[in-house]
Amino acid sequence: MSTPRQWFDKDLDELNQEILKMGGIIEEQIYDAVEALIRKDLDLAEKVIQRDDQVDELQEIIEDKSVRLVIQQQPIAKDLRTIFAGIKLVTDLERISDIAVNIARIAKKILKEEYVKPLIDIPRVAKIAQNIVRVALDAYVKRDVSMAESLVEMEEAIDHLYSQIFRELLVIMLENPKTVSQAMQLIMVARQLERIGDHSTNIGEMVVYLETGKRIKLND
Amino acid sequence: MTSKLRTENLHFYYGENHVLKNINMDIQSNRVTSLIGPSGCGKTTFLRNFNRMNDLIEGARTEGSIFLDDEDILSPNTDVVELRKKVGMVFQRPNPFPMSIYDNIAYGPRIHGKRSRKELDNIVESSLKAVGLWDEVKDRLKDSALGLSGGQQQRLCIARVLAVEPEVVLMDEPCSALDPISTMKVEELILALKEDYTIVVVTHNMQQAARISDYTAFFLNGELVEFGPTVEMFHAPKDKRTEDYITGRFG
Repeated sequence: MSTPRQWFDKDLDELNQEILKMGGIIEEQIYDAVEALIRKDLDLAEKVIQRDDQVDELQEIIEDKSVRLVIQQQPIAKDLRTIFAGIKLVTDLERISDIAVNIARIAKKILKEEYVKPLIDIPRVAKIAQNIVRVALDAYVKRDVSMAESLVEMEEAIDHLYSQIFRELLVIMLENPKTVSQAMQLIMVARQLERIGDHSTNIGEMVVYLETGKRIKLND
Repeated sequence: MTSKLRTENLHFYYGENHVLKNINMDIQSNRVTSLIGPSGCGKTTFLRNFNRMNDLIEGARTEGSIFLDDEDILSPNTDVVELRKKVGMVFQRPNPFPMSIYDNIAYGPRIHGKRSRKELDNIVESSLKAVGLWDEVKDRLKDSALGLSGGQQQRLCIARVLAVEPEVVLMDEPCSALDPISTMKVEELILALKEDYTIVVVTHNMQQAARISDYTAFFLNGELVEFGPTVEMFHAPKDKRTEDYITGRFG
């Protein structure tokens, strides 16, 4: 025999699992999108785009489940914060998925061309972007406030690399206007990766909120 | 923000049983304060201290102070009848007197020396209007109060308290015997009454505490574990025991 409280805990746990499942997919999506760009792999780009439906579907499932729990349990205190944070979190996860899709679309567009420069910094920023998502989700899983706070540094590293990429591509465009079209696409890729940092710090903020009830800014 | 009731180092004993342990609490004027906690935690005993209802219990002993405004109501000089006029009480089950609706309301004012028919008529009307019962009963004021529905009876009991013009209204689980519609009416009433009165409510219903009260106090084993603004308490309680209780992890 389980008590209503135990059913509720089981439901919250399931909600958590769905969120992690969604997180797992978007981690792969980011990785695959950047790989598709680097390796000029059309199939991989297509795969990233197709998985977006799966992410949207999960988002809907999580949101519906959250609404159901609000109705059934009228949650308060940490239960309330868990559900509220979960709903906010999946919005950020869904946006990250969209970002991966955008990168995959750009990859599709330019992968037949010869790149205007060897891709060095984009893979670097992509790596940190993957890491920051992983750490954000880890902090969520472990409900670890200091881990969430550590996202700030990674976000700053991404910002720094982004402006470096931007400046470098700007110089290339100025030197050779024929590169403008592709260089602009690459800047957009970098810009997309930079956005991942912002969404990840949002997730971190939700972890801090969930654990402490305090609203903080991890990204100014 | 002014404090209406204040307890200082309040202890309460039933014989050997130490029921309330060093309670220090400030209850704000014109606000609703909820007392929550598992059965036997002392919240009702605490409530009943405010109009010295516990005096009636044999072997009961109180230590410390309770101030109503600036007057210590535990002082031997306190006129308890006058105190209970200022600090009225509504109980768990509606307990109208077995008399007419009119006489139920007029009972208190009569005891306190009001005799004129016209004055009593006015008190009955305004008290019943204050609880939203006037339109429902104005044509049968002479009928027995026992013929009213449970929800109407409870509102009548609240009107009966208001008739003696109290400053504080204590309510001990006022909705626990009522259906959801009657509960909603009593809750609306509580929110309206705080304009004029200070209200302290014991409730077992967390959602009710969240809906109606400005402040919530959580009691456990005779201790005041946590006391603060209701929204803060239900959003991010500071004490693990509060968290566990309000989210249904024990009790």
